[in-house]
Amino acid sequence: MLRFVVRRLVGMVFVLFVVSILVFLIFNVIPNSPPAQRLAGKNATPVLVKSIEEEWGFDESLPVQYVTMMKNVFTGELTSYSPRIPVNDQIQEGIPATFSLSIGAGIIWLSFGLLLGYLAATRAGGWLDRALTGVAIAGISIPVFLLAPVLIYFLTYKLEIFPNGGYVKLTEDPWEWFTHLILPWFTLAVLSIGFYSRVLRSNMLDVMNEDYVRTARAKGLSEGRVMTRHVLRNSLIPIVTLFGLDFGATIAGTAIITEVLYGITGVGYYAAHAIANFELPPIMGVTLYGAFFVVFINTLVDIGYAYLDPRVRLGASAQ
Amino acid sequence: MSAAPLLSVRDLRVGFATEGGLLQAVDGVGFDLKPGEVLAIVGESGSGKSVTAQTLIGLTRSKNSRIDGSVKLDGEELLEADDATMRRLRGERIAMVFQDPMTSFNPVYRIGSQIVEAIRAHKGDADKAQARRQVVELFDSVGIPDAERRVDDYPHEFSGGMRQRAMIAMALALEPEVLIADEPTTALDVTIQAQILRLLEDLNRQHGLATILITHDLGVVAEVADRVLVMYAGRIVEEGTLDEIFYDPQHPYTWGLMGSLTRLDRPRPHRLPQIAGSPPSLLDLPEGCPFRPRCPHEFSKCPQDPGLEARLSEVPDHRDRCWLTPEQKREKRQVEGQIGLEAPQEAPRV
Amino acid sequence: MSDGAANTGAPLLEVTDLVKHFPIKSGVLIDREVDQVRAVDGVSFKVEKGKTLGLVGESGSGKSTACRAVLQLIKPTSGSVKFEGQEIAGLGRRRMRPLRREMQMIFQDPYASLNPRKRIGQIVGDPLRRQGVAKGADLRRRVQELLERVGLAGEHYNRFPHEFSGGQRQRIGIARALALKPKLVICDEPVSALDVSIQAQIVNLLDDLQDELGLAYLFVAHDIGVVRHISDRIAVMNEGKIVEQGTADQVCENPKDDYTKKLLAAVPIPDPKESRERREHAGSAG
Repeated sequence: MLRFVVRRLVGMVFVLFVVSILVFLIFNVIPNSPPAQRLAGKNATPVLVKSIEEEWGFDESLPVQYVTMMKNVFTGELTSYSPRIPVNDQIQEGIPATFSLSIGAGIIWLSFGLLLGYLAATRAGGWLDRALTGVAIAGISIPVFLLAPVLIYFLTYKLEIFPNGGYVKLTEDPWEWFTHLILPWFTLAVLSIGFYSRVLRSNMLDVMNEDYVRTARAKGLSEGRVMTRHVLRNSLIPIVTLFGLDFGATIAGTAIITEVLYGITGVGYYAAHAIANFELPPIMGVTLYGAFFVVFINTLVDIGYAYLDPRVRLGASAQ
Repeated sequence: MSAAPLLSVRDLRVGFATEGGLLQAVDGVGFDLKPGEVLAIVGESGSGKSVTAQTLIGLTRSKNSRIDGSVKLDGEELLEADDATMRRLRGERIAMVFQDPMTSFNPVYRIGSQIVEAIRAHKGDADKAQARRQVVELFDSVGIPDAERRVDDYPHEFSGGMRQRAMIAMALALEPEVLIADEPTTALDVTIQAQILRLLEDLNRQHGLATILITHDLGVVAEVADRVLVMYAGRIVEEGTLDEIFYDPQHPYTWGLMGSLTRLDRPRPHRLPQIAGSPPSLLDLPEGCPFRPRCPHEFSKCPQDPGLEARLSEVPDHRDRCWLTPEQKREKRQVEGQIGLEAPQEAPRV
Repeated sequence: MSDGAANTGAPLLEVTDLVKHFPIKSGVLIDREVDQVRAVDGVSFKVEKGKTLGLVGESGSGKSTACRAVLQLIKPTSGSVKFEGQEIAGLGRRRMRPLRREMQMIFQDPYASLNPRKRIGQIVGDPLRRQGVAKGADLRRRVQELLERVGLAGEHYNRFPHEFSGGQRQRIGIARALALKPKLVICDEPVSALDVSIQAQIVNLLDDLQDELGLAYLFVAHDIGVVRHISDRIAVMNEGKIVEQGTADQVCENPKDDYTKKLLAAVPIPDPKESRERREHAGSAG
């Protein structure tokens, strides 16, 4: 176990390192106007631009710029170009919103996905199974950037059932916090509900044909017990891994489009803004934050998997 | 003189609705199982032996299956029993052991707890600690060493032979009247197989446990069985005592099975007598005797369905489904001094 | 199948001290090899031209690993494998390629060893095409001949594996192995997964092909009865080592090693009277 964790930590450092280099290189390769120029504004004189370059270090070579930037990351001094705010603070401010969105959506998509998957598998071939399959495929197919505007238009504008976007802190007003998140939760979850129900259905159908399920019936267990303790228990193991990956990715920022469309001021929103303005420091900050979460949650998932499936126990010898 | 049968099966028919039509997996099977008896059901793929066994405990009940006939345990009709009755019966009165011990246990739970689960499913008030102690005793009785510790192991920590012993222990936990073993040793090494057969034999002799042993291996049958049923294409083609089947077999399929065996205690034949063709597709059976396409002794009467009858007047319990007369049978079954089908002269038909 | 024939030169296959170890790794940051699984622990045997060596052993004995190491499908840890006098142990893929024509393998599971997406004509013809031996109409003709030789109908060229029974699929596997006219065929449990009545057919087919084509077989199985029937010589494997070797009759009638004796004693005799006698004898003796 120790061996496993240590390896993961080393791996994480390595991943973060590679990610940071890639982001840095990509940013410096894609065509964009020099930051110094943009900072200087419209009627900039070359002298002004030069002094900004010196101040920010844009006149240094790329490797030096990289090292400086990474130093700033570790000391927490990474600042965006304009406005000149520490990236750290911005990210921290955005975290509650992103977490509220991701965790809420995660709970929804997991519970509904599993429920629908279970129903479809136990009534496989029947009309309910076919209907749920249709619903699942619809959910997987509708892109977020289509669904969100449609929902916003009909449910917040035309019918005014829900508030029109924005985020309200839980500590300020729980009810408003809740109503503001309902549509975003749904939008973010709908894709995954479809996906997870298909995966669970497929896993369950496989497991139901396994020999040990036949043994369970042959020793006289009730059908309910066979389904829960034997079929579900084994079908859920791959879903745990899947959920870990998905959830990790969501927190890391795949909720970016949803956040932007609904105006939820989370980390993704911040990142979108930074991308639109070609600001490297926030992009670097958000990407590293995201990479960290992905690796961290994946590690948790792997440990959890070993707990769920005794055949895969970490550490110890091959036998 | 004969005791009343424990299990009485009459005209059992099991069909499955498939895309290609109704597949009659079991077509009129009947037999008795007496207390303390070991009955071997011998057959290959498509013979219906496993489906028969699983039907006895109701495992084949489903939307797509059609089950007719009668199965009586101690006089009680099982085919009409409701699901709750069948569930109680499984494990408590009839227990089943399956072929592959590697996949027959749930890999995520400890073996001990899976057996405790079986016990508590039938004896709801059983104390967990007490049930566990019972499992340790059972492990001892089936020859699993270091039982106290092994009860908490996971299935993948057991070897194949030990897992099969554990399966047998689980089957015995509720002291059933009948044990059905479906190919219990096929997936095991031959040295382990010998041990498991010994165990099954002990259980039968010492505890009087009536056993239905399903297998394709005639060697295994010769070691433990009292009576034998030979099945082909869903029907019984021959039945009799162990000695009757091995020393006076009446059906060409039985001859073929015997002949194609390798015998370590006899000199090697030049060529293994073989049965031509393949086991039949149950969706496409010929008229009359199902063995016709593969039988070198087919003649004019064969398109008529032969009934399962005792054709040897002195032996009323030795029945077979072949129109040949006993004299013809005795003559045709000898191949190179031993029982077997004639080796075909031309290239084998497929 | 007598073993009295004089030795007509070098053996077709000569294996000496073949070893295959699989490392067990451990360590916190860097993997260190702490122990080994000694799958094949120094085996030596010979296969003569046109004859059959039976390799018998239970699961975990290392017999399948030994086959793969002989064919260089896995790299031996050490030891020598000489085919027609030429050392092939440790040869890379490219150098092995021309030799692959001469050494072929048939596998245990007729359901898993044929690509379900290919037609059987393609499966059998692929070796010929890959090695550039034939193409077009000539290829097709050869494949149909092969199919017929193994007892299938040439017209079934365009069918898929799932349309055939287990025994028939095994015949397809044999046809594929014979396509390049090999000198040696390694049979890894070729009949274990088949119904009993079909096993005899396949064994007889392999016998016939050996007589017709002068093939040598390395026949690997756990069923000593079948191995005895088809082999000239037998080697018994246990835990990676060969514990006994000799002619088939010698090993089966006069076993010297304890493990061989145990193996032979465990095989059930399909004869109730003999079986009873043997057990009584063992009971009183033991």
